[in-house]
Amino acid sequence: MSARRIFARPARFAAIAPYLWMVLFFLVPFGFVLKISLSQTVIAQPPYSPVFDLSEGFAAIRAALAALSLDNFRLLVSDDLYVLSYLRSLVVAAVSTSILLVIGYPIAYGMARLPRRWQSVAMVLVIVPFWTSFLIRIYAWINILQHDGLLNRILLALHLVSAPVVWLSTDSAMYLGIVYSYLPFMVLPLYATLAKMEPALEEAASDLGASPRLVFWLVTFPLSLPGVAAGILLCFIPIVGEFVIPDLLAGSDSLMIGQTLWLEFFTNKDWPVASAAAVLLLVLLLVPLLFYERLQRRQLEGGR
Amino acid sequence: MAEQLSQPDPQPVAESATPEPVTVAADPPLLRIDGVVKTFGAVRAVDRLSLDIGAGEFFALLGPSGCGKTTLLRMLAGFETPDQGRILLDGKDIAQMLPHQRPVNMMFQNYALFPHLSVRDNIAFGLKRARMPGSEIAARVAEMVALVRLEGLEKRKPDQLSGGQRQRVALARSLARRPRVLLLDEPLAALDKKLRESTQAELMELQRRLGMTFIVVTHDQDEAMTMADHIGVMDQGRLEQVATPRQLYEAPRSRWVAEFVGDVNLFEGEPRPDEAGRIAVATRDAGTIFAAEPPDTLTKTKVCVAVRPEKVKLSRRGPALDAGHAHAVNRLEGVVTEVSYLGGLTVYKVKLDSGAVLRSSMANTARLETEAYSVAQRVVAWFAPDDCVVLEQ
Repeated sequence: MSARRIFARPARFAAIAPYLWMVLFFLVPFGFVLKISLSQTVIAQPPYSPVFDLSEGFAAIRAALAALSLDNFRLLVSDDLYVLSYLRSLVVAAVSTSILLVIGYPIAYGMARLPRRWQSVAMVLVIVPFWTSFLIRIYAWINILQHDGLLNRILLALHLVSAPVVWLSTDSAMYLGIVYSYLPFMVLPLYATLAKMEPALEEAASDLGASPRLVFWLVTFPLSLPGVAAGILLCFIPIVGEFVIPDLLAGSDSLMIGQTLWLEFFTNKDWPVASAAAVLLLVLLLVPLLFYERLQRRQLEGGR
Repeated sequence: MAEQLSQPDPQPVAESATPEPVTVAADPPLLRIDGVVKTFGAVRAVDRLSLDIGAGEFFALLGPSGCGKTTLLRMLAGFETPDQGRILLDGKDIAQMLPHQRPVNMMFQNYALFPHLSVRDNIAFGLKRARMPGSEIAARVAEMVALVRLEGLEKRKPDQLSGGQRQRVALARSLARRPRVLLLDEPLAALDKKLRESTQAELMELQRRLGMTFIVVTHDQDEAMTMADHIGVMDQGRLEQVATPRQLYEAPRSRWVAEFVGDVNLFEGEPRPDEAGRIAVATRDAGTIFAAEPPDTLTKTKVCVAVRPEKVKLSRRGPALDAGHAHAVNRLEGVVTEVSYLGGLTVYKVKLDSGAVLRSSMANTARLETEAYSVAQRVVAWFAPDDCVVLEQ
């Protein structure tokens, strides 16, 4: 046996492994969800009618296929509750991502301009919050924002307000929580592109007569667009499906799709509708992902 | 900084400060660097440096890495601000001006082309910032593209160009604004040897045609010698010598310059005047060497004699000291220890009887080997007093 063949196999496995992972832990579970989304609710355990039962043979499968229904999806698009949830999710994600970009870009830019040895320190500072449990950090915010919390006490002490302000259970609190939690996901990809940008490019622009403001908008920002796109996607997509932060910090008058999903699954025990909502969410999120994919491919082609 | 600027000069810069009466300083020079200091931490990158550069000159700043030449160039461009001193361009102090306000452009070492812009937009970048009308921009870009022979490549992005093409785009971009002074930071370092030689010629031709002032920073002395009218040799933040390439090589002002520029044989010794109006230097390694220099060099008690290898001739027997060969007074005997054949010339290392090693390079003027010497051969090395430079040790 030649040495080449021995080494060829692990190499081939390494190439297949990610696909295997995707199939096992994403595609198969997604198949289950899709199947449930096409079935009917029943009061049983599990709370949906099996769409097909392999033990009853081919005829039963045919009957089941004929009985497949898109009722759940029809319900999703016809009922205001779901449509509004989707819309709210998209709006919250868009607003949060915009705030994240506006806050994250200067941070990343500042980090990239630090002397080398301080850059790694700054990087650690950005990542350090991850070492504490996410839930504990959100609960800490509840503590800070509550009626007699730190924030209100400081505001009262400084005589900026005369009575405690209601922060908790508002959209402001939710946005604060989201921006706080997702900031590293915006900062790190931006930092990565800005740090590897050749400083001579900005010097060349100013040498050719561009004011510092123009240097930024004509050279720095356009060249950091891959990082901007990565940061936006890394934040936007998970925020659309965010459940914990709006549940703990926002009011209960309007729900994000993640919360609606939770309600359908655990309160209403309507697995088929919840599954349908999940499938639709995924389809919705595929749009920006495909857009990003195309952008990346174009860049790769441009780089050749 | 502003405080320093507002301080009146105690005295206008005296004309007598420049000992060289070579150039008639009727007009003020285009660029005057006056007592410029730049410190980074504890390091004085540029140390009280003064230099005049005339309009239309091709000036080279030459020096080993870390000598401060790039810092000086970056101060001219505005990327660094001098701690002290003035930089006068057309008589106006630009030392504290921001880069985008200076009538100076720079060609960067790795070109720093904007990767997201086409060749045309790279060249037009500076013109747009100058608020030039669109039709004029188009005309100027076309002119620049023709100047550096990039026709047909206007729509390409920098990463679709070869190294030589990128270099020409960078050149066109920095020339497009017609700067008063063009700064070039190691303009040829990224090119391979063949391309470097042809580009050298193109740069010189371009500079002559445009009549523009070029200041080029390089660590490559051949490049500086080939292209520049004047060379400033820098070491440790100071200018060691400013001279034409020929002066620099044939009349180095210090031992450091003699050793840095080209190859040299050095003999240390003590000088005394000679009856023939020359200097006789009693050296440890090569006996007494006669140098045809005025004895006013004799202010120092310890000197060294510098002789370039190509001035040292070898022969089997020394030439007779008759009237015809009176210049062959410096003669040293030794054994050839190394022969390096380089095509156009051959470099010999001769171990003198004192143990010192002398280098001689001889042009291979004949194709056949009759004039060559071989290892272990005993030879006489001789050179004329005219070819000796006496320097401080």
